[in-house]
Amino acid sequence: MAEQETPKYTPATPEMVDEVLSAYPDRAKKMRAKHITVKTEGCASCSVKSNSKTVPGLMTARGCAYAGAKGVVFGPVKDMIHISHGPVGCGYYSWGNRRNLAEGELGVNNFVPFQFTSDFSENDIVYGGDKKLEQICREVKELFPTVKGISVMSECPVGLIGDDIESVSKKMSKELDLPIVPVRCEGFRGISQSLGHHIANDAVRDHLLGKKEREEEVGPYDVSLIGDYNIGGDAWASIKILEEMGLRVRNVWTGDSTIEMLQTAHQVKLNLIHCYRSMNYICKHMEETYGIPHMEFNFFGPTKIKQSIRAIAARFDETIQEKAEAVIAKYEPMMQAVIDKYRPRLEGKKVMLYVGGLRPRHVIGAYEDLGMEVVGTGYEFAHKDDYDRTMPMMGDNTVIYDDVTAYELEEFVNRMKPDLIGSGVKEKYVFEKMGYPFRQMHSWDYSGPYHAYDGFPIFARDMDIALSSPTWGLAKAPWKKETVKEVR
Amino acid sequence: MRQIAIYGKGGIGKSTTTQNTVSALAEMGKKIMIVGCDPKADSTRLILHSKAQATVMDLAREKGTVEDLELEDVLLTGFADIRCAESGGPEPGVGCAGRGVITAINFLEENGAYTPDLDYVFYDVLGDVVCGGFAMPIRENKAQEIYIVTSGEMMAMYAANNIARGILKYAATGKVRLGGLICNSRKTDKEYELIAELASRLGTQMIHFLPRDNQVQRAELRRMTVIEYSPEHPQADEYRALAKKIDENKMLVVPTPLSMDELEDLLISYGILEDEETAMAKLG
Repeated sequence: MAEQETPKYTPATPEMVDEVLSAYPDRAKKMRAKHITVKTEGCASCSVKSNSKTVPGLMTARGCAYAGAKGVVFGPVKDMIHISHGPVGCGYYSWGNRRNLAEGELGVNNFVPFQFTSDFSENDIVYGGDKKLEQICREVKELFPTVKGISVMSECPVGLIGDDIESVSKKMSKELDLPIVPVRCEGFRGISQSLGHHIANDAVRDHLLGKKEREEEVGPYDVSLIGDYNIGGDAWASIKILEEMGLRVRNVWTGDSTIEMLQTAHQVKLNLIHCYRSMNYICKHMEETYGIPHMEFNFFGPTKIKQSIRAIAARFDETIQEKAEAVIAKYEPMMQAVIDKYRPRLEGKKVMLYVGGLRPRHVIGAYEDLGMEVVGTGYEFAHKDDYDRTMPMMGDNTVIYDDVTAYELEEFVNRMKPDLIGSGVKEKYVFEKMGYPFRQMHSWDYSGPYHAYDGFPIFARDMDIALSSPTWGLAKAPWKKETVKEVR
Repeated sequence: MRQIAIYGKGGIGKSTTTQNTVSALAEMGKKIMIVGCDPKADSTRLILHSKAQATVMDLAREKGTVEDLELEDVLLTGFADIRCAESGGPEPGVGCAGRGVITAINFLEENGAYTPDLDYVFYDVLGDVVCGGFAMPIRENKAQEIYIVTSGEMMAMYAANNIARGILKYAATGKVRLGGLICNSRKTDKEYELIAELASRLGTQMIHFLPRDNQVQRAELRRMTVIEYSPEHPQADEYRALAKKIDENKMLVVPTPLSMDELEDLLISYGILEDEETAMAKLG
């Protein structure tokens, strides 16, 4: 195999950012400049503008409120049927997009792989779709009598014609003796999928949380795992650690979850929140209303896992603390073996990330455990509090970009020449064609889990596969062609 | 908190009647909020003495999204501490005004405009119930009481009957009820009797007959309600009478709308419409 030549990495500078943005008209340039910063020495409080409307004309990777509510929050709840209410497209193209795995008998207590839509047509827009929705609810119950609940995920036109899905849900809920949750997640609301998360949180709060009581008393070690959507089995890996620590994970929100877990989540001692961005709202609500504290944690890579295990254990008594140490002692040698195996090949490699609302900061520790450095990161739909948490984790001369456009990211990569890029399916083939090793960090590239002790060996292996693949040695990297100065 | 929606044919005087009645209620010591649900945004000008207040949708357009708005930007206080908000919306012929109403009411709700100290919330709603957006004010947990402003003109009565049909649909699933017809007189023939009859056919009452008086126009030109401009004028007492009747109204019904034939028969029997034979005879 030919020795792979690595392109020369160049650290980010404010001048580089200026140069890239100089292609824009003045107004767009001024607006975009606020969303990008290079962390340099003495820039202790670097900040970027976030959660604002994308400049029209720029290629954004953002989704919509429906994507946030249906795709992220409600979709993984397995014993409910989620109706994409409106024309067929939203439902069809959001069918099975996220790899939130779920256990159960298909069509009996697991409906995750299915897709239900009200398939609006001209007449439904003109005359309203309320009657059709009633009919669909009845059909759902008739076809799948074991279904435990229905969610009505409102698409854009439903919000425009002003159908009263709340009253239909209430009526049908009574008729069918089944919780039916109207979710007002019309895609035009808000500026990214982020508002969809919030809307879905509110829908859970108003229609499900606290509506049912588990008979069993709340145990001292009962916790909920919040904001883990079980991508590639992540939640299962996380639950394993928590249970070995002696905790009882009563509810997962919402990976591999049931409607009961949403209804009874007020009956725990502590909420452990993984994806802060999509579920902080409901955690704050549970803290205020039910007095359940919540804490953030990070199960990516052994260093962060160890810190998190200890921080979680510190919330409980000595029994848990002892078990926590035992868990760390049990897995640390295994993790060291993983590091020993992969670190020599990955040491010093530079990574650029662009993901959704959590991973751009959460995975940094896992890369660092493998001797890799994240030199650029950014979120599609994060808010200020996410960037506040991110800045301290980044090294000097790293670039932080919010709602980065396709053009900007390509140009940053062209100039910085990292060794690996981690982003989504929209970015994947662009960078692979440019000759860069790439991993999809939304879906784990059909692999996973990456969370917890079970996930780290897979994470390390996958990064190694991407970086050490002979493919890149065989592909003539475009920047090596002398005739081409700059590649888009 | 009683929430009341005012509907009626365009131009019938909903906004004027609402603001004068609300002023009279405020005079009685009631705490009131008016929510204008019409892109024309003229539901609060007599209370605020302004041309038109900054609307929820206008400010949302200015700031980019409705999430960037603050409640104090859109909720203003005017005559007699009446709180005022306008949904706003697009100019005629573009966009979706109904969605503007939904967005604005959601915004007010989520941002705490509905404070428990309010005795009344009044929704002044554009013309007819043309789409789901204009029915937003009568959805669950919102207005449960509707008054229809009408006059003895045929098209105003058509509209009133049509609105009653809309109420019927929402009454079937929720608690919304018709409180009565307000006759805003146009001095048509047998107007009082006709509207009283229409009200009884609809299963409701004519809660008040507002005589036509130029004083309303004079006050409007000064961007004021009659109550504020000329509290001693007899027309101010008419609005006070209406306010008192609404305040004491217990007759809330599910309406019984008329079919087109029934409505036309009613008009014929009062000599507004001619029957076919008479019409033919005239044509000779």
